[in-house]
Amino acid sequence: MLKYANPTLFMGLAGRLIPWTAALGLGLIGVGLYMSFLGSPADYQQGESVRIMYIHVPSAWMALFIYGVMTSAALGTLVWRHPLADAAQKAAAPLGAAFTFVCLFTGSMWGKPMWGTWWEWDARLTSMLVLFLIYLGLVALWRTIEEPTRAAKAAAVLTLVGVVNIPIIKFSVDWWNTLHQPASVFRMGGPTIHSSLLWPLAVMSLAFTFLFMTMHLMAIRNEILARRVRRLSMEAASRGEAGPRAVVRGATA
Amino acid sequence: MTRKGRRLAMIGSAVAVLAVALGLVLFAMRGNVTYFFSPTEIVEKNVQPGARLRVGGLVKEGSVLKEAGQKITFLVTDTTRDLKVTYVGLLPDLFREGQGVVAEGVLDAADRFTATTVLAKHDENYMPREVADSLKKQGHWQGEKPAAQK
Repeated sequence: MLKYANPTLFMGLAGRLIPWTAALGLGLIGVGLYMSFLGSPADYQQGESVRIMYIHVPSAWMALFIYGVMTSAALGTLVWRHPLADAAQKAAAPLGAAFTFVCLFTGSMWGKPMWGTWWEWDARLTSMLVLFLIYLGLVALWRTIEEPTRAAKAAAVLTLVGVVNIPIIKFSVDWWNTLHQPASVFRMGGPTIHSSLLWPLAVMSLAFTFLFMTMHLMAIRNEILARRVRRLSMEAASRGEAGPRAVVRGATA
Repeated sequence: MTRKGRRLAMIGSAVAVLAVALGLVLFAMRGNVTYFFSPTEIVEKNVQPGARLRVGGLVKEGSVLKEAGQKITFLVTDTTRDLKVTYVGLLPDLFREGQGVVAEGVLDAADRFTATTVLAKHDENYMPREVADSLKKQGHWQGEKPAAQK
């Protein structure tokens, strides 16, 4: 397992994995969308608006799951000083931001017809917005610091500071009175969603997970390649030659 | 302890300290973090008349009265205490008797609540209509009841 932490071996492994995860993700999203929008009944109270949940809930889970991935990667950066962990961190942040945005956006679309408001500052909504801002902060931090190792350390510290928000998001609906309903799936006493509505949710969640894996692996590969280009350019520059960056720029100009 | 172990322990304790600090802050601010108060909490907190706040609970069965114009009165209950709410305006689709509701407005001296906004609160139950109907028919209905009764 650990031998694939070697970037070159990882490049090969990721290259072989990506077609499979992509095919699984796209296949499942097709099945999941069909089940969500055509193959499942409307809710007894919400009517057709319940279908927003099949996008909203998996996005929310992904937003939290990706933060978990980034937290492990941040530990890899700070404790084991591993460059692959740096790349995994950097590659996950924009994906996490995207899923969090989808969660907030679809939640707002559901909130207007159901609650009667687009947005309320309750504990669940606010803590999710904080997560979105943390993701954006991490993306900005990566772009601010030029030197990859220093950027990785700074981002890892911010990621670990932000991790305290994760239990707040999960338990906000239990700790305080919130407008947002309590958990329906991962709760004591089992899910409170009928199986005909739970299956599309499960398939969509699996589909989102595979799509994330695909995009994450691709982004890590890009990051490793970008670092190689950077290193080769610097070596070339120190020898006084035109490095790969200059060559690439020359080719596109 | 190895250097890696030391680094891991340092990170672990830093996050733990941060979590405790944030926990204390949120505990101290719990009155502000909470989105609404139940009718019982409003009595217990001794809220002064004229204060602006949100009250949440269930719309008491049989308490909804529609008057002239869009004026509506109903009781918000947490099954222990009720609070009479007056509201003029449009109601969300999910508003109905037995359903969760959050009203924002002002408490007056006679312990009546004049709402400026009424929001419906959805519970954690999701099911198709046929299932809801058959559960009601068989007397296994669990929905639209306050948490305290579950």
